[in-house]
Amino acid sequence: MATHTGAAPSRGRRFVSQLRRLYAVPTAAFGTTVFVLFLALALLGPWIAPYGANQQDYQGARMAPSSLHWFGTDHLGRDVFSRVLLGAGEILWLSGGGTLLAVLCGTAIGLLSGYLGGWLDELIMRLFDSLLALPALLLALLMLGILGASAWSVLIVMVVVYTPIVARVVRSVVLSVKTRGFVEAARLQGESLGWILFREILPSVLPTLAVETAVRFSYGIFLVASLGFLGVGVQPPSPNWGLMVKEARQTISQTPWALYYPAGAISILVIGVNLMADGLKRIFQTRHD
Amino acid sequence: MINEKTAPALNIKDLCVAYQQEGEWWEAVHEVSLQIQPGEIYGLVGESGSGKTTLALAVLRYLGKNGMIRQGKIELSGVDLVQLQPAEMRKLWGHQMALIPQNPQSSLNPAMRVGDQIAEVYRHTQDMETGEARHKAVEMLREVNIPDPGRVTLSYPHQLSGGMQQRVLIAMALSSNPSLLILDEPTTNLDVTTQATILDLLRSLIEQRQTAALYITHNLAVVAQMCRRAGVLYAGRLVEEAFINELFARPLHPYTQGLLESMPRLGDHKDSVRLRAIEGRAPVFGDIPSGCVFRPRCPIANEICETNPPLSVLPEGRKVRCHRWEVSLNEAGRSHLPDGRSDRNTTEKHQLQPLLSLEGVSVHYPLKRSLREVVRREPKRAVRAVEGMDLKILSGQTLGLVGESGSGKSTLARATLGVVDKTAGTIELLGIQLPDKLSRRTLDTLRKVQSVFQNPEEALNPYLTVGEILQRPMMTLLGWSRQEAIGRVPDLLRAVRLPAMYAERLPTQLSGGEKQRVAIARASAAKPNLLICDEPVSALDVSVQASILNLLEDLQAEHGNSLLFISHDMAVVGFLADTIAVIYLGELVEIAETGDLFKSPYHPYTEALLSAIPGTKVESRRVAAPLVGEIPSPIEKPGGCPFHSRCPRLVGEICKRQPPPWQSQQGSSKRYLCHIPWEELQAQQGDIQGFEISRG
Repeated sequence: MATHTGAAPSRGRRFVSQLRRLYAVPTAAFGTTVFVLFLALALLGPWIAPYGANQQDYQGARMAPSSLHWFGTDHLGRDVFSRVLLGAGEILWLSGGGTLLAVLCGTAIGLLSGYLGGWLDELIMRLFDSLLALPALLLALLMLGILGASAWSVLIVMVVVYTPIVARVVRSVVLSVKTRGFVEAARLQGESLGWILFREILPSVLPTLAVETAVRFSYGIFLVASLGFLGVGVQPPSPNWGLMVKEARQTISQTPWALYYPAGAISILVIGVNLMADGLKRIFQTRHD
Repeated sequence: MINEKTAPALNIKDLCVAYQQEGEWWEAVHEVSLQIQPGEIYGLVGESGSGKTTLALAVLRYLGKNGMIRQGKIELSGVDLVQLQPAEMRKLWGHQMALIPQNPQSSLNPAMRVGDQIAEVYRHTQDMETGEARHKAVEMLREVNIPDPGRVTLSYPHQLSGGMQQRVLIAMALSSNPSLLILDEPTTNLDVTTQATILDLLRSLIEQRQTAALYITHNLAVVAQMCRRAGVLYAGRLVEEAFINELFARPLHPYTQGLLESMPRLGDHKDSVRLRAIEGRAPVFGDIPSGCVFRPRCPIANEICETNPPLSVLPEGRKVRCHRWEVSLNEAGRSHLPDGRSDRNTTEKHQLQPLLSLEGVSVHYPLKRSLREVVRREPKRAVRAVEGMDLKILSGQTLGLVGESGSGKSTLARATLGVVDKTAGTIELLGIQLPDKLSRRTLDTLRKVQSVFQNPEEALNPYLTVGEILQRPMMTLLGWSRQEAIGRVPDLLRAVRLPAMYAERLPTQLSGGEKQRVAIARASAAKPNLLICDEPVSALDVSVQASILNLLEDLQAEHGNSLLFISHDMAVVGFLADTIAVIYLGELVEIAETGDLFKSPYHPYTEALLSAIPGTKVESRRVAAPLVGEIPSPIEKPGGCPFHSRCPRLVGEICKRQPPPWQSQQGSSKRYLCHIPWEELQAQQGDIQGFEISRG
């Protein structure tokens, strides 16, 4: 692509200009800021957290928020602020990684199934229908029962739960794109399957896919937290926000702060990512008009 | 009938309309003035983006939120609409002004019976009771010549054909007897035979009711047939206005001249006429040239044109906005080619090798059977899109394929390309049978048959640059390296008259005509033997059409490739094709060399197609009725002659029972499928009379 500069803006520059448009929508700007802030906290967490995740202060269990412990301490005397900070990384990489893997699998399957059609498409779609018939959480619980609770199991669960959804979305776009003249022209030129899928069709899927990824991501955060809360996901003493809410629930009358802060963190992050997804959707929709 | 002295029904004065885009205001209509008398049909001609629909919306005061009337007056029966409040406008809509839109399908409510939709207008505008309104609706449908109106009022829009839907909309628009009727391309989406009947209907209704009508279209032939006066709109400016006869006989503005000359007329052929295309592209929003807006594309522009041209008012009610209209009149002229040009056609036809031959090709799309049908063991049904087609394309020649929509033209092309499976028959390319499936065809076969699609908007991948798009066929079909392919791109662009720097552009940065050029460049990149063009110009503006037709012809002269050219437009096919095949309901009904096709006798269907072209008449010794009804469903095709259900020259029972034989005669390349023998049919039909545009 290096030979083509000039009239057509480079792909990098187009990305920057789209980011700028994302910031033109106030709610999307807010959502993106929240997400970036959480990402920064997650990355910097290990350095800025005043205490370790499982460092106990035996004298200071169940302490209300103070200058020493900004978010207070829990029933074991662990610093809630540090745990929320350190938990950000875990929840972001689990939900982010799971979403990305699901998007990769879903895109590949959706492209192939939508483009080839026929009995293969039929088979895959019916299979996905049956997976989608189960509520995501129920499916996750079933699978974790078999796989055993661990971070890796949560990752696998996310891939299995979200791949069908992503694949369906991708497939629906492929079905409308593949009838367009340029795809037919590519077939008449004897292009390979790979070229047609990834160079001719995929770019038209990307806008929808970006929105879908952001939406899946926000649900993913929620799913990871829920599994932690139900005690089937990441296991103690990990500073998983869902797990923290679960543990603090038993001592809610004594240490309400230990519940409020991780729960608040979940809500703000999910709302932020949702607003960001909404902004992406608006950008791509106005471009189609 | 029309009295110039009376007050005009519609009086537009110095109208400017602007749109807001990304914070800035752009003028889409600039200082347009026009008057329409009661009972007059005023034609507003312009290409896409010229502002004609904007003008219509402004008159209706129905501009979007981002549109604004900046200045001017719109007087309807003396009332200035610009000053009215939205609530007052609402009272005028349907009462005093009505719109007949372009797309009937999206203009009717799909979930409401059409009778109720018409009755709604009566209830709203005349406060009628439901029962009376329904009764009126039936009456109105009868007035627009809908057979069995009582039954039609009970149907839903999807149960009606496009022509019928348009009649329903006409009925709705006229039901309140408006004083102004705005018609926005009302027949553009219809087949030519349906268009002819709708135009007749509109004209008689408007005359009867003394309605003032603003007829918006890009089709000059329709304007010629329908209107008394017409204005030509270019980049939001009214550049010329005149009575129809004058406008066609002596166009004064170079743009009008260009439009008229870029349109092939029936009987024009590439061997004798070179279409004069208007160079360049129409200005877009925010890029309106200073001075005369047509200057960058004008063949006679000079320094004076850098200033705003005044509107010259001439006798006989003519107006023209051009500095040099007196000059332009002299320099105009259609380039007729010397006879020597037809050299390459003197090669005897029988010496040419057939490049592609189709024998007995049928394409059926099987219909899924319902469970009930399976249980009852009813026979499998299929849409019989193409049936037993025999055709040959000689190398270096152009075969034109004509027919209404639904006649199977595109299916035939797609079966040849290998994207649709044929049900029966053989397709041979240079004597070798082609496999049905695209995946079974060798790269060399793919290289030999390439295609240009109808819709240039969809033909190019919006995410690849023009250069990348053009490299691919050379890399895949010719096996070239990327470097070699990149090196050839400028040549390809030059061949389709585009500057080499276009290689770096994305398709969204090109106009429709430019996109189609790139599509043609891509299709011809690997030097195909056969180029299949399925309606390549129907989505393009008239002025752009001509340059694409010229281009296809030039490329053919250079490479010697054959063309399969599909179009619904007889004049366009007649211009480009050496041989023309007319198909109806998937069957070949007539085939002839182009010169012979336009000589009588014609197959009754061809006759109907020819006489339906606006402004054209086939001299008829026994007046044939216009085509009635719609093209039958290709699922339950009539027996006997496929055309018998609509044929105006039906002989009798024989047509319904027996498949007709081929009729031909010594000395003519024509053969047609009909029970009426040659001499008898010839005695009934005459020659075609196209509208002549003689220059004074």
